[in-house]
Amino acid sequence: MTESVPQPSSTAPRGKRWPYLIPLAALLALGGVFAKRLFDVENGVEISAIPTVLLNTPAPAFDLPPLPGSDQGLKSDELKGQVYLVNFWGSWCPTCVYEHPVLMQIAKDGEVPLYGIDWRDTPEKGLAFLSQRGNPFTRIGQDPHSKAAIGFGVALAPESFIVDKKGIIRYKQPGPITAAAWRDDILPKIKALQAEP
Amino acid sequence: MKRLILALALLCALPANFLFCAVPAWAVEPDEMLRDPALEARAREVSKGLRCVICQNETIDESHAEIAHDMRILVRERVTAGDSNQQILDYMHSRYGDYVLLQPRFTTATFILWLAPLVILMLGGLAVASRLKRGGHEVAPLTPEEEAALASFNDSGDKAP
Repeated sequence: MTESVPQPSSTAPRGKRWPYLIPLAALLALGGVFAKRLFDVENGVEISAIPTVLLNTPAPAFDLPPLPGSDQGLKSDELKGQVYLVNFWGSWCPTCVYEHPVLMQIAKDGEVPLYGIDWRDTPEKGLAFLSQRGNPFTRIGQDPHSKAAIGFGVALAPESFIVDKKGIIRYKQPGPITAAAWRDDILPKIKALQAEP
Repeated sequence: MKRLILALALLCALPANFLFCAVPAWAVEPDEMLRDPALEARAREVSKGLRCVICQNETIDESHAEIAHDMRILVRERVTAGDSNQQILDYMHSRYGDYVLLQPRFTTATFILWLAPLVILMLGGLAVASRLKRGGHEVAPLTPEEEAALASFNDSGDKAP
Protein backbone atom coordinates (compact mmCIF):
# COMPACT_ATOMS: atom_id res chain seq x y z
CA MET A 1 0.00 0.00 0.00
CA THR A 2 1.41 3.37 -0.94
CA GLU A 3 0.83 6.75 0.60
CA SER A 4 -1.26 7.87 -2.29
CA VAL A 5 -4.01 5.40 -1.52
CA PRO A 6 -6.23 7.01 1.06
CA GLN A 7 -7.54 4.90 3.87
CA PRO A 8 -11.29 4.60 4.08
CA SER A 9 -12.33 7.63 5.94
CA SER A 10 -15.40 6.08 7.44
CA THR A 11 -14.12 5.08 10.84
CA ALA A 12 -17.46 3.60 11.83
CA PRO A 13 -17.16 2.28 15.36
CA ARG A 14 -16.36 -1.39 15.26
CA GLY A 15 -18.67 -3.65 17.24
CA LYS A 16 -17.51 -5.71 20.15
CA ARG A 17 -14.94 -8.24 19.08
CA TRP A 18 -15.61 -11.00 21.58
CA PRO A 19 -18.57 -12.50 19.70
CA TYR A 20 -16.06 -13.57 17.06
CA LEU A 21 -14.54 -15.87 19.66
CA ILE A 22 -17.76 -17.85 20.13
CA PRO A 23 -17.11 -20.25 17.23
CA LEU A 24 -13.60 -20.85 18.49
CA ALA A 25 -14.89 -21.57 21.98
CA ALA A 26 -17.51 -23.93 20.58
CA LEU A 27 -14.85 -25.72 18.55
CA LEU A 28 -12.63 -26.11 21.61
CA ALA A 29 -15.54 -27.44 23.66
CA LEU A 30 -16.35 -29.97 20.96
CA GLY A 31 -12.70 -30.99 20.84
CA GLY A 32 -12.82 -31.49 24.58
CA VAL A 33 -15.80 -33.83 24.29
CA PHE A 34 -14.08 -35.85 21.58
CA ALA A 35 -10.87 -36.02 23.60
CA LYS A 36 -12.76 -37.29 26.64
CA ARG A 37 -14.38 -40.01 24.56
CA LEU A 38 -11.02 -41.01 23.12
CA PHE A 39 -9.49 -41.29 26.56
CA ASP A 40 -12.53 -43.24 27.73
CA VAL A 41 -11.91 -45.77 25.00
CA GLU A 42 -8.23 -46.00 25.94
CA ASN A 43 -9.12 -46.50 29.57
CA GLY A 44 -11.44 -49.33 28.66
CA VAL A 45 -14.73 -47.59 29.41
CA GLU A 46 -17.46 -49.44 27.55
CA ILE A 47 -19.07 -46.78 25.37
CA SER A 48 -21.18 -48.95 23.11
CA ALA A 49 -23.09 -50.44 26.03
CA ILE A 50 -26.62 -49.21 26.50
CA PRO A 51 -26.89 -48.11 30.10
CA THR A 52 -29.34 -50.33 31.86
CA VAL A 53 -32.42 -48.71 33.26
CA LEU A 54 -33.18 -51.89 35.14
CA LEU A 55 -30.77 -51.40 38.02
CA ASN A 56 -32.65 -51.52 41.32
CA THR A 57 -35.88 -52.56 39.66
CA PRO A 58 -37.54 -55.96 40.01
CA ALA A 59 -36.24 -58.66 37.73
CA PRO A 60 -38.79 -59.47 35.04
CA ALA A 61 -40.93 -62.56 35.38
CA PHE A 62 -39.94 -65.47 33.18
CA ASP A 63 -40.85 -69.11 32.85
CA LEU A 64 -38.47 -70.90 30.52
CA PRO A 65 -38.41 -74.56 29.46
CA PRO A 66 -35.35 -76.70 30.27
CA LEU A 67 -32.85 -78.06 27.81
CA PRO A 68 -33.56 -81.69 26.89
CA GLY A 69 -32.26 -84.10 29.49
CA SER A 70 -33.28 -81.92 32.41
CA ASP A 71 -36.72 -81.57 33.95
CA GLN A 72 -36.00 -78.27 35.64
CA GLY A 73 -36.39 -75.16 33.55
CA LEU A 74 -36.03 -71.67 34.90
CA LYS A 75 -38.93 -69.90 36.55
CA SER A 76 -38.49 -66.53 38.21
CA ASP A 77 -40.96 -67.34 41.00
CA GLU A 78 -38.84 -70.27 42.11
CA LEU A 79 -35.66 -68.22 42.39
CA LYS A 80 -36.78 -65.73 45.02
CA GLY A 81 -35.19 -65.54 48.44
CA GLN A 82 -31.61 -66.02 47.27
CA VAL A 83 -28.94 -63.97 45.58
CA TYR A 84 -28.26 -65.35 42.13
CA LEU A 85 -26.29 -64.67 39.00
CA VAL A 86 -28.11 -65.04 35.71
CA ASN A 87 -26.14 -65.28 32.49
CA PHE A 88 -27.43 -64.88 28.94
CA TRP A 89 -25.48 -67.01 26.49
CA GLY A 90 -25.87 -68.87 23.21
CA SER A 91 -23.90 -71.40 21.21
CA TRP A 92 -23.76 -68.83 18.40
CA CYS A 93 -21.96 -66.29 20.55
CA PRO A 94 -18.15 -66.22 20.24
CA THR A 95 -17.69 -64.03 23.29
CA CYS A 96 -19.54 -66.66 25.33
CA VAL A 97 -16.79 -69.13 24.40
CA TYR A 98 -14.27 -66.61 25.69
CA GLU A 99 -16.24 -66.15 28.89
CA HIS A 100 -16.89 -69.83 29.48
CA PRO A 101 -13.78 -70.74 31.53
CA VAL A 102 -14.63 -67.97 34.00
CA LEU A 103 -18.15 -69.34 34.38
CA MET A 104 -16.68 -72.79 35.02
CA GLN A 105 -14.51 -71.28 37.74
CA ILE A 106 -17.53 -69.50 39.26
CA ALA A 107 -19.38 -72.82 39.32
CA LYS A 108 -16.40 -74.48 40.97
CA ASP A 109 -16.17 -71.78 43.63
CA GLY A 110 -19.83 -72.41 44.41
CA GLU A 111 -20.38 -69.00 46.01
CA VAL A 112 -23.58 -68.26 44.14
CA PRO A 113 -26.11 -70.16 42.04
CA LEU A 114 -25.43 -69.50 38.38
CA TYR A 115 -28.49 -69.68 36.14
CA GLY A 116 -28.03 -69.84 32.40
CA ILE A 117 -30.46 -68.54 29.82
CA ASP A 118 -29.76 -70.15 26.46
CA TRP A 119 -30.80 -67.28 24.24
CA ARG A 120 -31.92 -67.59 20.61
CA ASP A 121 -30.46 -71.06 20.33
CA THR A 122 -31.63 -74.50 19.40
CA PRO A 123 -31.63 -77.10 22.20
CA GLU A 124 -29.29 -79.33 20.19
CA LYS A 125 -26.69 -76.64 19.67
CA GLY A 126 -27.00 -75.46 23.26
CA LEU A 127 -26.44 -78.98 24.58
CA ALA A 128 -23.54 -79.54 22.20
CA PHE A 129 -21.90 -76.33 23.43
CA LEU A 130 -22.15 -77.50 27.04
CA SER A 131 -21.06 -81.08 26.42
CA GLN A 132 -18.01 -79.80 24.61
CA ARG A 133 -17.00 -77.15 27.13
CA GLY A 134 -18.58 -78.22 30.38
CA ASN A 135 -21.78 -77.04 32.06
CA PRO A 136 -21.28 -74.35 34.69
CA PHE A 137 -24.99 -73.69 35.23
CA THR A 138 -27.03 -74.65 38.25
CA ARG A 139 -30.11 -74.56 36.06
CA ILE A 140 -30.80 -73.57 32.48
CA GLY A 141 -33.81 -72.16 30.68
CA GLN A 142 -34.27 -71.85 26.94
CA ASP A 143 -35.23 -68.47 25.55
CA PRO A 144 -35.57 -69.04 21.79
CA HIS A 145 -37.82 -66.01 21.18
CA SER A 146 -36.05 -63.47 23.41
CA LYS A 147 -38.90 -63.23 25.92
CA ALA A 148 -36.59 -63.15 28.92
CA ALA A 149 -33.86 -61.34 27.00
CA ILE A 150 -36.12 -58.40 26.17
CA GLY A 151 -37.41 -58.50 29.74
CA PHE A 152 -33.84 -57.99 30.95
CA GLY A 153 -33.13 -55.40 28.26
CA VAL A 154 -30.42 -57.59 26.75
CA ALA A 155 -29.07 -56.51 23.37
CA LEU A 156 -25.98 -58.66 22.98
CA ALA A 157 -24.67 -61.83 24.60
CA PRO A 158 -23.14 -62.46 26.95
CA GLU A 159 -24.74 -60.35 29.61
CA SER A 160 -25.10 -61.18 33.27
CA PHE A 161 -27.16 -59.81 36.13
CA ILE A 162 -27.04 -60.15 39.89
CA VAL A 163 -30.50 -60.46 41.40
CA ASP A 164 -30.86 -60.05 45.16
CA LYS A 165 -32.98 -61.93 47.69
CA LYS A 166 -35.96 -59.69 47.05
CA GLY A 167 -35.79 -60.27 43.30
CA ILE A 168 -34.28 -56.86 42.53
CA ILE A 169 -31.62 -56.46 39.83
CA ARG A 170 -28.56 -55.04 41.54
CA TYR A 171 -25.78 -55.36 38.99
CA LYS A 172 -25.33 -55.75 35.27
CA GLN A 173 -22.25 -57.05 33.52
CA PRO A 174 -22.45 -56.03 29.87
CA GLY A 175 -20.22 -58.35 27.89
CA PRO A 176 -18.22 -61.22 29.30
CA ILE A 177 -17.42 -61.68 32.95
CA THR A 178 -13.65 -61.55 33.09
CA ALA A 179 -11.67 -63.14 35.91
CA ALA A 180 -10.80 -59.63 37.11
CA ALA A 181 -14.43 -58.43 37.01
CA TRP A 182 -15.49 -61.49 38.97
CA ARG A 183 -12.79 -61.05 41.59
CA ASP A 184 -12.95 -57.26 41.94
CA ASP A 185 -16.60 -56.35 41.32
CA ILE A 186 -19.03 -59.21 41.07
CA LEU A 187 -18.00 -61.53 43.90
CA PRO A 188 -17.71 -58.70 46.46
CA LYS A 189 -21.13 -57.43 45.37
CA ILE A 190 -22.63 -60.90 45.76
CA LYS A 191 -21.07 -61.33 49.22
CA ALA A 192 -22.47 -57.98 50.30
CA LEU A 193 -25.93 -58.85 49.01
CA GLN A 194 -25.86 -62.28 50.65
CA ALA A 195 -25.18 -60.56 53.95
CA GLU A 196 -28.32 -58.45 53.57
CA PRO A 197 -31.37 -59.75 55.38
CA MET B 1 -40.75 -26.86 -12.57
CA LYS B 2 -43.39 -29.31 -13.63
CA ARG B 3 -40.95 -30.89 -16.01
CA LEU B 4 -38.41 -31.24 -13.25
CA ILE B 5 -40.91 -33.01 -11.03
CA LEU B 6 -41.89 -35.26 -13.90
CA ALA B 7 -38.24 -36.09 -14.58
CA LEU B 8 -37.65 -36.92 -10.91
CA ALA B 9 -40.75 -39.08 -10.83
CA LEU B 10 -39.57 -40.97 -13.89
CA LEU B 11 -36.15 -41.39 -12.32
CA CYS B 12 -37.74 -42.92 -9.27
CA ALA B 13 -39.84 -45.20 -11.41
CA LEU B 14 -36.75 -46.82 -12.88
CA PRO B 15 -36.00 -49.82 -10.71
CA ALA B 16 -32.25 -49.46 -11.24
CA ASN B 17 -32.42 -46.08 -9.56
CA PHE B 18 -34.12 -47.21 -6.40
CA LEU B 19 -31.05 -46.25 -4.39
CA PHE B 20 -31.53 -42.57 -5.11
CA CYS B 21 -35.10 -42.32 -4.01
CA ALA B 22 -36.69 -42.94 -0.67
CA VAL B 23 -38.23 -46.31 -1.18
CA PRO B 24 -39.97 -47.61 1.91
CA ALA B 25 -38.01 -50.55 3.23
CA TRP B 26 -39.09 -52.92 5.93
CA ALA B 27 -38.02 -56.24 7.30
CA VAL B 28 -41.39 -57.60 8.36
CA GLU B 29 -41.74 -61.14 7.05
CA PRO B 30 -45.14 -62.36 5.88
CA ASP B 31 -45.29 -65.01 8.62
CA GLU B 32 -44.90 -62.31 11.27
CA MET B 33 -47.87 -60.29 10.14
CA LEU B 34 -51.12 -60.23 12.01
CA ARG B 35 -54.28 -61.34 10.23
CA ASP B 36 -56.19 -58.23 11.30
CA PRO B 37 -55.01 -55.37 9.05
CA ALA B 38 -55.93 -52.75 11.64
CA LEU B 39 -53.83 -54.42 14.33
CA GLU B 40 -51.00 -55.02 11.88
CA ALA B 41 -51.05 -51.35 10.93
CA ARG B 42 -50.78 -50.40 14.61
CA ALA B 43 -47.92 -52.86 15.09
CA ARG B 44 -46.12 -51.27 12.15
CA GLU B 45 -46.65 -47.83 13.59
CA VAL B 46 -45.27 -48.84 16.99
CA SER B 47 -42.34 -50.66 15.36
CA LYS B 48 -41.37 -47.52 13.48
CA GLY B 49 -40.90 -45.70 16.77
CA LEU B 50 -38.63 -48.37 18.23
CA ARG B 51 -34.94 -48.48 17.53
CA CYS B 52 -33.17 -51.74 16.92
CA VAL B 53 -30.94 -52.17 19.98
CA ILE B 54 -27.92 -53.54 18.13
CA CYS B 55 -27.98 -51.60 14.87
CA GLN B 56 -27.54 -47.98 15.99
CA ASN B 57 -29.96 -46.24 13.67
CA GLU B 58 -32.58 -48.54 12.24
CA THR B 59 -36.10 -49.06 13.42
CA ILE B 60 -37.08 -52.57 14.35
CA ASP B 61 -39.46 -52.31 11.41
CA GLU B 62 -36.50 -51.99 9.03
CA SER B 63 -33.95 -54.18 10.73
CA HIS B 64 -33.17 -57.76 9.80
CA ALA B 65 -31.40 -58.37 13.10
CA GLU B 66 -32.78 -61.33 15.03
CA ILE B 67 -33.45 -59.31 18.16
CA ALA B 68 -35.43 -56.83 16.05
CA HIS B 69 -37.48 -59.74 14.71
CA ASP B 70 -38.24 -60.89 18.25
CA MET B 71 -39.14 -57.35 19.29
CA ARG B 72 -41.55 -57.09 16.35
CA ILE B 73 -43.18 -60.34 17.45
CA LEU B 74 -43.48 -59.01 20.98
CA VAL B 75 -45.05 -55.79 19.70
CA ARG B 76 -47.62 -57.86 17.78
CA GLU B 77 -48.37 -60.01 20.82
CA ARG B 78 -48.96 -56.90 22.87
CA VAL B 79 -51.12 -55.27 20.21
CA THR B 80 -53.20 -58.43 20.00
CA ALA B 81 -53.47 -58.59 23.78
CA GLY B 82 -55.07 -55.14 23.69
CA ASP B 83 -52.22 -52.90 24.85
CA SER B 84 -52.27 -49.33 23.61
CA ASN B 85 -49.40 -48.07 21.46
CA GLN B 86 -48.22 -45.98 24.38
CA GLN B 87 -48.20 -48.98 26.73
CA ILE B 88 -46.01 -50.93 24.34
CA LEU B 89 -43.57 -48.06 23.94
CA ASP B 90 -43.55 -47.63 27.72
CA TYR B 91 -42.73 -51.31 28.20
CA MET B 92 -39.82 -51.22 25.75
CA HIS B 93 -38.62 -47.98 27.31
CA SER B 94 -38.71 -49.58 30.76
CA ARG B 95 -36.45 -52.38 29.48
CA TYR B 96 -33.97 -50.56 27.22
CA GLY B 97 -34.22 -46.93 28.29
CA ASP B 98 -34.15 -43.86 26.06
CA TYR B 99 -31.99 -45.66 23.52
CA VAL B 100 -34.88 -47.71 22.21
CA LEU B 101 -37.16 -44.77 21.41
CA LEU B 102 -36.51 -43.04 18.11
CA GLN B 103 -38.31 -40.01 19.44
CA PRO B 104 -36.58 -39.35 22.76
CA ARG B 105 -38.70 -38.22 25.66
CA PHE B 106 -38.39 -34.86 27.31
CA THR B 107 -36.41 -35.59 30.47
CA THR B 108 -33.61 -34.01 32.47
CA ALA B 109 -31.20 -36.02 30.33
CA THR B 110 -32.65 -34.97 26.99
CA PHE B 111 -33.87 -31.41 27.50
CA ILE B 112 -30.78 -29.92 25.84
CA LEU B 113 -31.49 -32.04 22.78
CA TRP B 114 -35.03 -30.75 22.58
CA LEU B 115 -34.44 -27.11 23.46
CA ALA B 116 -31.17 -26.46 21.63
CA PRO B 117 -32.76 -25.70 18.23
CA LEU B 118 -35.20 -23.31 19.89
CA VAL B 119 -32.46 -21.56 21.85
CA ILE B 120 -30.24 -21.25 18.78
CA LEU B 121 -33.14 -19.86 16.78
CA MET B 122 -33.86 -17.31 19.52
CA LEU B 123 -30.20 -16.25 19.73
CA GLY B 124 -30.12 -15.83 15.97
CA GLY B 125 -33.31 -13.81 16.10
CA LEU B 126 -31.88 -11.58 18.81
CA ALA B 127 -28.72 -11.01 16.78
CA VAL B 128 -30.73 -10.06 13.72
CA ALA B 129 -33.03 -7.83 15.75
CA SER B 130 -30.18 -5.95 17.42
CA ARG B 131 -28.53 -5.41 14.05
CA LEU B 132 -31.72 -4.07 12.52
CA LYS B 133 -32.22 -1.77 15.48
CA ARG B 134 -28.75 -0.26 14.98
CA GLY B 135 -29.85 0.64 11.48
CA GLY B 136 -27.36 -1.49 9.69
CA HIS B 137 -24.01 -0.47 8.35
CA GLU B 138 -23.95 3.11 7.10
CA VAL B 139 -21.09 3.91 4.78
CA ALA B 140 -19.96 7.54 4.61
CA PRO B 141 -19.92 8.98 1.10
CA LEU B 142 -16.56 9.31 -0.62
CA THR B 143 -14.55 12.39 0.09
CA PRO B 144 -13.30 14.50 -2.88
CA GLU B 145 -9.78 13.05 -2.41
CA GLU B 146 -11.14 9.54 -2.61
CA GLU B 147 -13.12 10.42 -5.68
CA ALA B 148 -9.93 11.72 -7.26
CA ALA B 149 -7.97 8.61 -6.33
CA LEU B 150 -10.68 6.40 -7.76
CA ALA B 151 -10.72 8.40 -10.96
CA SER B 152 -6.94 8.07 -11.23
CA PHE B 153 -7.21 4.29 -10.99
CA ASN B 154 -9.74 4.26 -13.76
CA ASP B 155 -7.61 6.43 -15.99
CA SER B 156 -4.30 4.73 -15.33
CA GLY B 157 -4.71 2.69 -18.49
CA ASP B 158 -4.37 -0.70 -16.77
CA LYS B 159 -6.29 -3.06 -18.86
CA ALA B 160 -7.27 -6.50 -17.89
CA PRO B 161 -5.38 -9.00 -19.98
